[in-house]
Amino acid sequence: MKYRLTVNGDKRQVDVDPSTPLLWVLRDELELTGTKYGCGVAQCGACTVHLGGRPVRSCVLPMSALKDREITTIEGVEGPVATAVQETWETIQVPQCGYCQSGQIMTTIALLEKKSEPNDEEIDGALAGNICRCATYPRIRRAVHDAAAKIGG
Amino acid sequence: MSTTTTAQGLDRRQVLKSSLTLGAGLMIGFRMPRAAEAKMGAAAGTELAPNAFVRIGADDTVTILSKHIEFGQGTYTGLATVLAEELDADWSTVRVDAAPADAERYANLFFGIQGTGGSTAMANSWGQLRQAGATARAMLVTAAASAWNVPAAEITVKDGTVSHATSGNSARFGELVEQAAGLEPPAEAPLKNPEDFRFIGRKLLPRVDVPAKTDGRAKFTFDVQMPDMLTAALARPPRFGGRVKSFDAKAAKATKGVVDVVQIPQGVAVLAKGYWAAKMGRDALQVEWDESAAEKRGSAQLVTEYRALLDEAGLPARRDGDPDTALAGAAKVITADYEFPYLAHAPMEPLDCVIQVGDDGCDVWAGSQLQTVDQGVVAGTLGLEPAKVRLHTLLGGGSFGRRATPNGDVFGEAAAIAKASGTRQPVKLVWTREDDIRGGRYRPLTVHRLQAGLDASGKLTAWSHRIVSQSILKGTAFEPFLVQNGIDNSSVEGARGLPYAIPNLAVELHTTDVGVPVLWWRSVGHTHNGFTTETFFDEVAAAAGRDPVEFRRELLHEHPRHLGVLNLAAEKAGWGSPLPAGRARGVAVHESFSSFVAQVVEVSIGDQGLPKVHRVVCAVDCGIAINPDNIKAQMESGIGYGLGAALHDEIVLEDGFVRESNFHDYRSLRIHEMPEVEVHIVKSSENPTGVGEPGVPPIAPAVANAFFHLTGKRVYRQPFHHVIERS
Repeated sequence: MKYRLTVNGDKRQVDVDPSTPLLWVLRDELELTGTKYGCGVAQCGACTVHLGGRPVRSCVLPMSALKDREITTIEGVEGPVATAVQETWETIQVPQCGYCQSGQIMTTIALLEKKSEPNDEEIDGALAGNICRCATYPRIRRAVHDAAAKIGG
Repeated sequence: MSTTTTAQGLDRRQVLKSSLTLGAGLMIGFRMPRAAEAKMGAAAGTELAPNAFVRIGADDTVTILSKHIEFGQGTYTGLATVLAEELDADWSTVRVDAAPADAERYANLFFGIQGTGGSTAMANSWGQLRQAGATARAMLVTAAASAWNVPAAEITVKDGTVSHATSGNSARFGELVEQAAGLEPPAEAPLKNPEDFRFIGRKLLPRVDVPAKTDGRAKFTFDVQMPDMLTAALARPPRFGGRVKSFDAKAAKATKGVVDVVQIPQGVAVLAKGYWAAKMGRDALQVEWDESAAEKRGSAQLVTEYRALLDEAGLPARRDGDPDTALAGAAKVITADYEFPYLAHAPMEPLDCVIQVGDDGCDVWAGSQLQTVDQGVVAGTLGLEPAKVRLHTLLGGGSFGRRATPNGDVFGEAAAIAKASGTRQPVKLVWTREDDIRGGRYRPLTVHRLQAGLDASGKLTAWSHRIVSQSILKGTAFEPFLVQNGIDNSSVEGARGLPYAIPNLAVELHTTDVGVPVLWWRSVGHTHNGFTTETFFDEVAAAAGRDPVEFRRELLHEHPRHLGVLNLAAEKAGWGSPLPAGRARGVAVHESFSSFVAQVVEVSIGDQGLPKVHRVVCAVDCGIAINPDNIKAQMESGIGYGLGAALHDEIVLEDGFVRESNFHDYRSLRIHEMPEVEVHIVKSSENPTGVGEPGVPPIAPAVANAFFHLTGKRVYRQPFHHVIERS
């Protein structure tokens, strides 16, 4: 089945089985491998991308169900919020193995686009769906605050 | 105890040498690469390559070759720090590449083969990389002295620039490369005085791998994409020890994108274009399994069998004085039995391996943690010389021990698939999360009995610790050396080395035979032995009417490094000061892999009666602190990893089938459960030791000790919810 979609501003066309989750279209068809597989059942958040600006779990989003096809992945994020988040991730030295961090960053960007100064509870609420087995959580929390301050300041 | 750990290091070295003699027949043993190699670099005219670990380009780039895998623990940065320190490099020009698999040049000096584990990366590389950096620096200085016709002793080096003050000459490394490359590397170059360190110990030296891990560029094995690459998914037996009896591949082959279905000794593999087709194809496979040799016992049955063994004496792992008589004569005897489940490692990136067979050997790309073993397994499967297996080590998306298998599991599977299919296309074998959770290689299920005797004055006179566990090393090539007198060190580590001054002490082991594959899980035996010893010690302190920190101090008087971290953590946490209502503190101190860690936690009762950990004050002594910020990060990581497992995790076998399957029922700590962590590093001039694992053992017992103060309940079973259910 042929599908048209816009990824990071580029119009793309793919021919895949309708059951194929968006994650595997991004990774195997479009070779955008920054978005990760971690569980396949929307439990870990490693596959988070933006669909029409909202964070979604691409591992459980079959192409047949994809109505909105404006997708942004970690490779395509831009703007002041994304820049602040990525820079702060470096300043705070958040990543360890790094495998989950695309998902953490995508969720954080979406949070800060919506809520400019989240408190700890709001940060936990937004990021509780993103597992980090290296437990970089204290640094993630600090980085979200610092990124918010950077954008606001 | 440090003697135990040192002995273990020696054991590992011998064992791995042995495994190679038995297996792949590789050459092993370290040598500093000879001048010949440097001359090859000179012939190319582009770089200075004085040894196996550093390349300096005419463009000033300093490339450091890491013999160890980076899977989050910060090894790339740590190794680069040590080498760049002695080289006096400009940090902004430093990059790190994975070294090729080559046991001759890149052996772990504690193992004798190439591999990462036991928190040894920094400890075994310390002298080697200092010398490698100093050698390169000396060659640049000699080249400059000759070019400027000035005495080498008057030349200084800083931030990648070589200078001579009197003559006013100066040059960047890159400008000296051609001349330096023609020189013979000195046999030995002088090392810096630690007081002159500029990178080592710097509060924050940015990690070399972080930028690529914030924008999706970092490449893991799962991310390898090549033209014509096939993705493979393997159907494995549902119970450990099962074999393929027969299979029907018709529906699988009819799945769009499926290219081939092949049987290998480990199961039935589906090869397809992309992950989704491979998974759909595997779902459509019909496999009948021969389970005649499969393990069919469940966890409950194993625990019953193990508990029965607690009444019988085991093999002695340590015996001081006469513990039986001392216990019999004690004024008060305290006894506690403990139970620990199987645990999966569950790294974020499931196991995977890319292989391509060609006319001239084969190429393998993977997050290899034991390169020499993995290379040997691929070579053995394909009937190649190991040198014909070009193993490219990629970043690992976590490991926690999972990527170091003594039998090279995932490598053997990938090679068998490539062989059975006969394809020359690259094949990427991927494990799903379900494969990972159900795929075995767990931390062993263990039960323990601890007994302590106090005399009439409250003095701790006797300690007995009986452990029942499967052996991680039995049946592997490691067995002859790491299992001695029937004792697998990884079963008793952390118990055998109990540091407390107790005159009569016994540690005994029963090794069981179960068909569930087991493996080292971040800090290995120290996880369950650190928990039992440190919670039981608290229970004994309470029985003696003593403060847990005071009682520890008293019995650690011969162990200054234990005492150092204990006192630092207690002081920074304000041990003994009042807390808000509903909160309590707990403490634990433990040595693992020659590093010393104490943690004081503040806990309340949270959701579903589980402990809610608010704050952890952690003190660590890992010798010279190479990258303080990374040491902090590793303590944070060990705390989160250990806490998640203690609160939530168990792999439960039911009639041999694994009950859990994914992150919904094999929980991981999530951000809202992560405490605030404060790390204090003990200043030390001892040689550096590891930090990847030692942060794990103290967290669970510290929390259990605080939990007792809040609830009056001792925690004898993991994970915590079992204690709460029984209340």
